[in-house]
Amino acid sequence: EEMEKQAVDGARRAFNSGRSRPLQYRKQQLSALLRLIRERQAEIVSALKRDISRSEFDTPIFELIGIENDIKLAERNLADWMAPQPVKKTLLTITDDVYIKAEPLGVVLIIGAWNYPWSLTLRPLVGAIAAGNAAVVKPSEVSKSSASLLKELLPQYLDTEMYPVVTGGVPETQELLKQRFDHIFYTGNSTVGKLVMEAAARHLAPVTLELGGKSPCYIDKDCDIAVACRRITWGKFANCGQTCIAPDYILCHPNIQHRVIEEIRQTLLEFYGEDPKTSPDYGRIINQHHFDRLLALIEGCTVAVGGESDKSQCYITPTILKDVLPHARIMQEEIFGPVLPIVTAGDVNEVIRFINERPKPLALYVFSSNKKVVRRMLNETTSGGVLVNDVMVHYTINALPFGGVGNSGVGRYHGKHTFDQLSHHRACLIKSLAMERLNMARYPPMTPSRLRTSMFFLRSRSGSCDQALRAWAVVSSLLALALLISLLVVLLRVSAHAGLGSVLL
Amino acid sequence: MPSVHYARLKYLFEMESQRQIIERLRAAFQSGVTAPLQFRLTQLKSLLSLLEDNEPQILEALQKDLAKPKFEAVLSEIDMVVNDLCYTINSLPTWIQPSYVGKNLATKLDDCFVRREPLGVVLIIGAWNYPLQLILAPLIGAIAAGNCAILKPSEISRATERLLAQLIPKYLSQECFAVICGGAEETKSLLENRFDHIFYTGSQAVARSILQAAAVHLTPVTLELGGKCPCLIYGRLDMLAAAKRLVWSKFFNAGQSCVAPDYVLCTPEMREELLPAIAKALSIFYGSQPKQSEDFSRIVTDRHWDRLMALLGKTQGRVVMGGEGSKEDKYFAPTVVVDLDGSDALMQEEIFGPIMPILTIESLEQGITFINQREKPLALYVFSDESQVVNMVLERTSSGGFCSNDGIVHMTLPGLPFGGVGASGMGSYHGRWTFETFSHRRGCMLRGWGLERISMLRYPPYTESNLSWLRWATSAKKKSWGVCSVM
Repeated sequence: EEMEKQAVDGARRAFNSGRSRPLQYRKQQLSALLRLIRERQAEIVSALKRDISRSEFDTPIFELIGIENDIKLAERNLADWMAPQPVKKTLLTITDDVYIKAEPLGVVLIIGAWNYPWSLTLRPLVGAIAAGNAAVVKPSEVSKSSASLLKELLPQYLDTEMYPVVTGGVPETQELLKQRFDHIFYTGNSTVGKLVMEAAARHLAPVTLELGGKSPCYIDKDCDIAVACRRITWGKFANCGQTCIAPDYILCHPNIQHRVIEEIRQTLLEFYGEDPKTSPDYGRIINQHHFDRLLALIEGCTVAVGGESDKSQCYITPTILKDVLPHARIMQEEIFGPVLPIVTAGDVNEVIRFINERPKPLALYVFSSNKKVVRRMLNETTSGGVLVNDVMVHYTINALPFGGVGNSGVGRYHGKHTFDQLSHHRACLIKSLAMERLNMARYPPMTPSRLRTSMFFLRSRSGSCDQALRAWAVVSSLLALALLISLLVVLLRVSAHAGLGSVLL
Repeated sequence: MPSVHYARLKYLFEMESQRQIIERLRAAFQSGVTAPLQFRLTQLKSLLSLLEDNEPQILEALQKDLAKPKFEAVLSEIDMVVNDLCYTINSLPTWIQPSYVGKNLATKLDDCFVRREPLGVVLIIGAWNYPLQLILAPLIGAIAAGNCAILKPSEISRATERLLAQLIPKYLSQECFAVICGGAEETKSLLENRFDHIFYTGSQAVARSILQAAAVHLTPVTLELGGKCPCLIYGRLDMLAAAKRLVWSKFFNAGQSCVAPDYVLCTPEMREELLPAIAKALSIFYGSQPKQSEDFSRIVTDRHWDRLMALLGKTQGRVVMGGEGSKEDKYFAPTVVVDLDGSDALMQEEIFGPIMPILTIESLEQGITFINQREKPLALYVFSDESQVVNMVLERTSSGGFCSNDGIVHMTLPGLPFGGVGASGMGSYHGRWTFETFSHRRGCMLRGWGLERISMLRYPPYTESNLSWLRWATSAKKKSWGVCSVM
């Protein structure tokens, strides 16, 4: 208990010293983090191999590039992000300074997950540093090697007091959650997400919850089924299906189910060969508990492809299930493994209904060449994010906010969104004591004429739907026109008198 | 029938009818009726008519609840909502457009944009001090964002509660918007249901239980709380002008504003100038007998009046102005207390009344330390003609909002987000910010079928050369705005 409290107290002391605020410091820490990722890549790759049998080629693409890009974006733009953002004024504040300023929150708690232990822990950290906060980093204990490597490496590059790493399991996390934080950033499942939010409630701390759910993948009859299946196969079986935005299940018309299965089967051969167990590019299930969980989900379903497993290696072959029923057990929880159920649906209406009857997902995938179908799916459903004609790659655009809605999460991040999420946007009005005459109208004692004057100044200037204002605009234009015409008439008369008419005309 | 039985039955009946209302709204939302821009604009214009048609009744209700002077009621309740409505009605067609994110050469063939989507059925819980504004301003954004909404006005401002319960169903779609009245019990049972967003204005204590109820359903919340808003007076300044603005913002609504300057910090020398300036401002505004002034409000209930009197009883400070009151009409005189320190009874909770404690500090540094030792306030004020003083306080403190050389008015500007930080709240609203609060920002990407050759770089079996091509293609380019990938 002592260790957690010490880490948090130390971080708060460090934050209160004020040294995390200057631009220079933030950039320095960020570039140190970038060096960590580049210089120690080999160690990170082997830790991931030990944790989750991650292929050495997957790690840079799936984990490290995202962190690098976020760091580079912050380094390039941080001065702009930190600058005051001016906003619109009313007539009364026309001589004042009105702006929004991004400020640090204080001490942020970052709880990582085990499936992408580096990306999901360090990307929030990038935003925390950029926003000028201190951060307590709690990597997931399930990915053991990564957790201990992070604990060893981070102090070698970053300000240790400001960004302590706390390792441990459930008791240590619970101990941490008893402390007071200014923001808690959690990536994981909904069950623990609720506990985190509840703990945060005690201190009125805001939270970001990156949760999961079942991300549906709809394959329309009208699409390039071969390409669709190839992209889906890539997304589903990367990291052995253990990705929060992996396509969880497929929805398609019963007539194309067979084709879909064949295309995926063919693609699996291309990707992993006859025996995926021997492919260096195919991963393993993280631990026994999840392995058993996944086998239990497959029970009772019709296996179209795969279904074999090896307990000693936590290996499950890429598996496709066909004709899965909506109430089957596998359709009640996020799969998070290399098992792909196919649920058949008659038409787009049924698909939309099916999706809307269920909790809002983190990602929605639609494969269709039909613009009407795409438009309907976008308009009539909701989800954290949506990707048409591919899977997962929307994650790589850090200009897009990444986060869930409803059961799939609260808040968003990536790129500048992390900076915004972990900042307080303070509204600032800088006035002077001069111009007191203008203010006099609002002071008591009140008279009807003072009230009218006040209201004139305080009424929003743009977008006032005041009929009188419109009427006045029309009347004044007409008056101006009348004045112009009479001026011209007078001029003509005068010039006619003076014989200049021909010059004017 | 035994009273326990009856109470339980009544509770279950109310719970049931609450649930029916929520289900009705949810069904309406799912039918898609609130999504089209036209529907949202019609409802907003209807809300505008509600305010325009019923101004006398609204003023009367506010008079009954808080003895609110007509000027204050028009300015801080009706006009604020009308301004926000007009601004929203005119801007909504722009706000609902998808915003396209940085496209560069790499994503020319893709469409990346952010859609604002409605959340569903939201709950808006109002407060009693600005009973109209604090429930209708959030409603504007909820409607604009395409949601259905349940309004739960404060039961303490009874007349306004009843008026809202009567008027809302007349002007807004009854399928999509409902008013649920009641006290703590009814609110508790309401919170057992699932909402897609909860917007609460009120106290920290209740906020905690609301957050806990929200956690059960993973519901996002906006909390507009309060706290003690410090007011620092330091350096060179026009004392009378400062005193007028200070007095205006402190005693507006008889001090019952979440952004009222709660207490003042200044040096002993400045205090000598400040006190007569405050006295002068008070007499200009409310005359020698504030009780007779039509422009001075009353305390909302007996209970709150008692609380304020008790605070005066407990203080170690000296009352130099005011201090008297009459319970029958809930009048509480504009009161100034001096010679107290941070441990005083007046410094333990948000005052929320017409009592102004003035604490002395030796230096600006000491003032800033004093402020930072306490919870982050909803607003922070500095009066000074010296810009270094203003900047120093701004840089070294944190608060929901900040205003120099005035009070309260920063929350009337539609471009500024209004909200707290830390114990003073989470989230923000007003103008476009309300719309964003009640929307889900959905990241969307539309890809084509082409360029499959480039996609193939990412598929297994993995090779070193594919990897290096892919890394080059996906890493941040020097000139790009956002970072996009070619995959």
